[in-house]
Amino acid sequence: MKVGLQPSALKGSKFHEHALRFGLGGLITVAAGLIAERFGPVPGGLFLAFPAIFPAAVTLVEKHEKEKKEKAGLQGHTRAREAAALDSLGAALGSIGLLGFAVVMWRYLPNHSPFAALALALTAWLLTAGTLWLIRKQHFLSRSATATPGK
Amino acid sequence: MKEVLFRFLIGGLVISSFALLGDMLRPKSFAGLFGAAPSVALATFGLTIAHQGKLYAATEARSMVLGAAAFCIYAYFVSQVLAASKFAPRW
Repeated sequence: MKVGLQPSALKGSKFHEHALRFGLGGLITVAAGLIAERFGPVPGGLFLAFPAIFPAAVTLVEKHEKEKKEKAGLQGHTRAREAAALDSLGAALGSIGLLGFAVVMWRYLPNHSPFAALALALTAWLLTAGTLWLIRKQHFLSRSATATPGK
Repeated sequence: MKEVLFRFLIGGLVISSFALLGDMLRPKSFAGLFGAAPSVALATFGLTIAHQGKLYAATEARSMVLGAAAFCIYAYFVSQVLAASKFAPRW
């Protein structure tokens, strides 16, 4: 399956779901700042990799997938759980990219401009996470081909 | 108080923007990458650098490496539990 944007996917989401994510995101950012202020940058930094939207995102993926199947008159429990598991696996790969982001900021920021460091770190996250996703996809496809010879 | 409110707005905006992007992306496994986007870090680093300086922010980034490793373990276990059991994700 090709990577692409599907804006129509937003039709299934509700206003309160977006408001919840905005509020949670804001609260976590404030909390990360207050922890760093009170306890210093070492414990504060741990919270910069806090899974801010991951739990909400996985729950919503499962809920939307189940609703979609139920609308079609099907039981969607298994498919919804599989979709949530796939989303979580993607987040695990993304968090390795997050590690790359942190390493670039740690090593590059002290001697370079903040803008350049942030841009490079963001690129490192995207490249690391994207490459890992491609490797996993290739591995999955080659395993599927081995399992079904002749196809 | 002003700074807290500013942090709240910036954090909410950056994090929900990444969440929206994740909602629209297909396939699901690729969209999942955005569940671990550096959203809190992006919302925080600008203010930290402006107020405490680059060295302070770099020290935070060093700790963030451990936080990201912990996130990876957490997300991987969630995916394995969801794939292998009948639990639905709830929080």
